Amino acid sequence: MKKTYKIDVDCANCANLMETEAKKTAGVKDAVVNFMTLKMKVEFDNGVDAKEVMGRVRDNCKRVEKDCEIFL
Amino acid sequence: MTPKQRRNLIRIVTAAALLIGLNFVDVGGVGKILLYLVPYAVVGYDIVLKAIHGLKNRRPLDESLLMTIATVGAFALAIHDGGDCNEAVAVMLFYQIGEWFQSYAVGRSRKNIAALMDIRPDYANIESDDGLEQVDPDDVEIGSVIVVQPGEKIPIDGVVVEGSSALNTVALTGESLPREVGVDSEVVSGCINLNGVIKIRTTKDFGESTASKILELVEDASSRKSKSEDFIARFARIYTPAVVICAATLAIVPALIVGDWGTWIYRALIFLVISCPCALVISIPLSFFAGIGGASRDGILIKGSNFLETLANVTTVVMDKTGTLTRGSFEVDAVHSKHLDFDEEKLLHLAAHVERYSTHPIANSLRKAYPNERDDCTVSDVEEIAGRGIKATVNGQIVCVGNEKFMDDIGAEWKSCYKVGTVIHVAVDGLYAGHIVISDTVKKNSAAAVRELNASGANVVMLTGDSEQIAANVAGELGIADYRSELLPADKVTEFERILATSKGTTAFVGDGINDAPVLSRADVGIAMGALGSDAAIEAADVVLMDDDPLKISRAIKISRRCLAIVKQNIFFAIGVKILCLILGAGGLANMWAAIFADVGVMILAVLNAIRCLVAPK
Repeated sequence: MKKTYKIDVDCANCANLMETEAKKTAGVKDAVVNFMTLKMKVEFDNGVDAKEVMGRVRDNCKRVEKDCEIFL
Repeated sequence: MTPKQRRNLIRIVTAAALLIGLNFVDVGGVGKILLYLVPYAVVGYDIVLKAIHGLKNRRPLDESLLMTIATVGAFALAIHDGGDCNEAVAVMLFYQIGEWFQSYAVGRSRKNIAALMDIRPDYANIESDDGLEQVDPDDVEIGSVIVVQPGEKIPIDGVVVEGSSALNTVALTGESLPREVGVDSEVVSGCINLNGVIKIRTTKDFGESTASKILELVEDASSRKSKSEDFIARFARIYTPAVVICAATLAIVPALIVGDWGTWIYRALIFLVISCPCALVISIPLSFFAGIGGASRDGILIKGSNFLETLANVTTVVMDKTGTLTRGSFEVDAVHSKHLDFDEEKLLHLAAHVERYSTHPIANSLRKAYPNERDDCTVSDVEEIAGRGIKATVNGQIVCVGNEKFMDDIGAEWKSCYKVGTVIHVAVDGLYAGHIVISDTVKKNSAAAVRELNASGANVVMLTGDSEQIAANVAGELGIADYRSELLPADKVTEFERILATSKGTTAFVGDGINDAPVLSRADVGIAMGALGSDAAIEAADVVLMDDDPLKISRAIKISRRCLAIVKQNIFFAIGVKILCLILGAGGLANMWAAIFADVGVMILAVLNAIRCLVAPK
């Protein structure tokens, strides 16, 4: 399952950090952050609850980059 | 300007004003330091908080921390030596100016590109009992009838069922000439309806429609990273820690030997300020994004920055003939009269009459060449003779139109033609009148396209399934030295692989997406042309040309080369200035102001340079 989320982040490097964090989150198979379009594309593992996983992705991202936001 | 940008701008201006004001206030000692902390806090509080947050989460070495150490260090030195606090505040101030500028520039180019790609339709009109109703295009089912009024975008692909109009396709193809559509015309989403009201029966879901597909493609493009972007990501990972280690060494080692801690710590702080790799990290992806955006305005869709890079290095361009260099439809190429009573006009006129009821492609092209076929001439006794041609009575004369065998059968002395193509002979009352040559004509820009490609240093090879004679003719006409003919679809792949193996550098394949998807995917970079409405081509290709103008191939190469040149300029410029400042800083020849230029100034210049990619070269 793939979903796209709108994000808000200030710099390209921070976007890369978000991507790394999102990829590391359990339940996420793959994640791509596009800084230019401010979008995060997440591919989930089979059978996970996307909402719950995205909550954790958001927490992880906020830990590395205080100012970022993912609009769920 | 976003609210956040406005807020930050106010902070920057306030802090700058306070800083200038403080230089006219005559306070000494600790009071002075405290006063200088005010503008510092105004402009830099979030950076300091971020640095603490990073430390707590064990992510040292981010730029906030570097800036915090540098500025706090500068304050400490100022207190210790009783010196000037201006530098400490200025470093933070300029860092924030740089950040603000970057955010503004990125926001602007984002908006520019969004405007270029402004093909996303917001609604669809559906007829209901009380007039037109606007609905979300996502909710329109396949087979529904939607109404598109003048000035509106076509939201979903479909077929016109009522009305006629001209469509502006410039956002999709870069072609400024409007396209005329009427009942039964296929239309694609993203076009703008110019003058008439049309009703369209949808043939696709909104998500599967051309406009949605194209937007998805362009938005996903930057997720495929190019080698330059990978290089910068790797470089940034090594570079920042390396500079920090250098800074630490510079602060401690010389001081242990020769003393004078203040000087060496100051030099180390300069190192930290220079160390931020932002200029590269932001400008390289921005260049690629802008390049892809600029190309899309010309109707050239590039699926990833890696393909932009490959395209710039293309040395061999292999092209399919039919549909790429030629129109892919048969047209009357020449009319040769061989009898004094029948001039060329008359010959075409008679042939078109005889073919009036035929549905054969040749008949279509004859009728197309003589559009006013339905005049008051009488056409009767039409008889189709299989494998020969058609015989009919036109205004009392028996006219035979067909191949050589037909002419032999009726005893007309036919003459062969020097032109290559399908030759249609015409005989009137048993006397040979002349012939009409029908062939797949080359596109108007094909010869120019081949010339441009050769001029850009690319080697052109043509592949075709047609006979040697036709291939030689087209190749000669277009000035292509290397061609391979009589290839079955499967042979095209093997032949292409042979070319791949022998050619140095990267090889592009250009096709129309029909029958050549395997070759498209096999190429280093597969270019599909005339893709408007063809999903297969959009899927298989790496670069999609929305219309079928072959000149766009060299244009795509030109755009990518320029974009790559700008990327290289930025890499060399940014790294060069930084290394220079690092060396000067270590030797004590560069002060904090030079360091600020190396960081913020270089970034601003690099971003401005990157934005040039948006404007495609002429």
